[in-house]
Amino acid sequence: MKQRSYLALEGITVEFPTKAGRFCALDGIDLEVEKGQFVALIGHSGCGKSTLLNAVAGLVKPTRGAIFLDGQVVDAPGPDRAVVFQDHSLLPWLTVEENVRLAVDKTAGGKNKAERKDWVMHNLELVQMAHAASKRPGELSGGMKQRVGIARAIAMNPRVLLMDEPFGALDALTRAALQDVVMDLQARLNNTVLMITHDVDEAVLLADRVVMMTNGPAARIGEDRAVSLARPRNRLEAIDTAEYAEARSAVIHFLHERYRNPATLAA
Amino acid sequence: MASSSPSKTSGPSASAGGTPSSTTELGVIVPYPEEAIARRSFEPVAAPEHPLVRGARSVAASVLPTMVMIAVLLAFWQLLCGSPSATFPSPLAVWEQSHDVIIHPFKGVDIGLTHFSIQDGGDVGIAGHVLTSLSRVLIGYSIAAVIGVALGILIGQSVFAFRALDPLFQVLRTVPPLAWLPISLAIFQQAQPSAIFLIFITAIWPVILNTAAGVQTIPAAYRNVAKVLALNPVEYFTRIMLPATVPHMFTGLRIGVGMSWLAIVAAEMVQGGTGVGFFIWDSYNSSLLTDTIVALIWIGMVGFTLDRIVSFAGRIIGRAG
Repeated sequence: MKQRSYLALEGITVEFPTKAGRFCALDGIDLEVEKGQFVALIGHSGCGKSTLLNAVAGLVKPTRGAIFLDGQVVDAPGPDRAVVFQDHSLLPWLTVEENVRLAVDKTAGGKNKAERKDWVMHNLELVQMAHAASKRPGELSGGMKQRVGIARAIAMNPRVLLMDEPFGALDALTRAALQDVVMDLQARLNNTVLMITHDVDEAVLLADRVVMMTNGPAARIGEDRAVSLARPRNRLEAIDTAEYAEARSAVIHFLHERYRNPATLAA
Repeated sequence: MASSSPSKTSGPSASAGGTPSSTTELGVIVPYPEEAIARRSFEPVAAPEHPLVRGARSVAASVLPTMVMIAVLLAFWQLLCGSPSATFPSPLAVWEQSHDVIIHPFKGVDIGLTHFSIQDGGDVGIAGHVLTSLSRVLIGYSIAAVIGVALGILIGQSVFAFRALDPLFQVLRTVPPLAWLPISLAIFQQAQPSAIFLIFITAIWPVILNTAAGVQTIPAAYRNVAKVLALNPVEYFTRIMLPATVPHMFTGLRIGVGMSWLAIVAAEMVQGGTGVGFFIWDSYNSSLLTDTIVALIWIGMVGFTLDRIVSFAGRIIGRAG
């Protein structure tokens, strides 16, 4: 029997019961992710990307198949798979610091109070949000909230960092700033990351591999392309390379030629 | 109009640097056409007001309309009911005939730092009756708040409990408070506990139903956060469910306190003895309509204050989270 990768999805099928019978969202997904690898999942709306990510997070139970992390089966949510949610999901009644602290308290077993506080502030500094530690989420802009969302996730020292379209709700410039934050964190921490995105440039710029999904229902992995740009990456250097252009082109051809958006086909 | 003359403005030196500029008669280059500068007028900046003056001004601006409205209403009322043949007393008549009630509200009430008692029976001022009613509301409402929040969380959290209990609550909540009075009297035999039960049974429904709605509408996002962080049930309850439900809970508590105050007056009117409801009934029976009017004003003010207190508590607790 072959050695499993750090994160291994084997034959993941997810079906939901609906009034019209069973709806098959994902049909036998196999995916292997090495430790420290950054994988972007891209596909049209409704292709089941989020379902796949939620399955890895343990928030959705696969109908068939299994997920292995570091050789162990994963079947319930846990802080070893931290999630950066699309809507940031900060708790509005807690301050920025308390939001991160809640996550740290659940994961920092051996640390004492002062060490935990330092660890919270350290992670807020990594996303340049230490200055807003005592603010509440309602006082922050969308980009700042998502920075805190990222700080909360990385503060948990996860074995896999899951990002569910983290910048989907942000404007283009803010999104670019957040992508730079993620690149910086990746250079420092070398996390294993699974990120969902709609944005071709985001996928190519951030990821080591872009996994392209076919349209649902019963979505599968259509193509899996490595992006062999050196790390650490720099936006301005990366976009002028031939590899960036080729990878970008490959993803766009997949999304707009081979698997066009079902919504635009109908139109 | 030197600046509009093309021979003087369109020199290469003037347009250098890309900023709009012009040359004056003296050949001095200024960055903008003179007339544009001349045209510009600046509003004189008002001297900053003293904070106290500003505060007084904003208070006056919000309170003054109410004061004026009350004065207009009183004048109108006086005009309408001022004639000797009027069946309803005018404000001046209220002031004259109920002078004692207005001036001595605390008659028969003994309030000290360490003790508090209301004279049993006999001649008690309106404030004494209001305090009696308030103490009943306080007890009945407190019990309703505690049990109501607990039941609300139960049926909000458990689908089974919701299906079992919600229909029952929906039917019982439509029963008017006074309809419970015979049952309450039959159970408790005495005025005081049956009045308290009446308050309890009146106030509890909005507390239960709003709390349950609050628990049921906790965003899925917060539940997912709790799952990913692997919060245990106690942590989920204190860190997520309670803070997320507080606004709904206090909506229910606010409606509940208003309904309690409505119910207590009605109950005391029927039951007799003490309390502001009894005071109204008593003054009506003694043909002291002006006393009733004074009591109505007291009831309104106290009800308003209760509502403000609960809403203020809700804001404080919601913020503290």
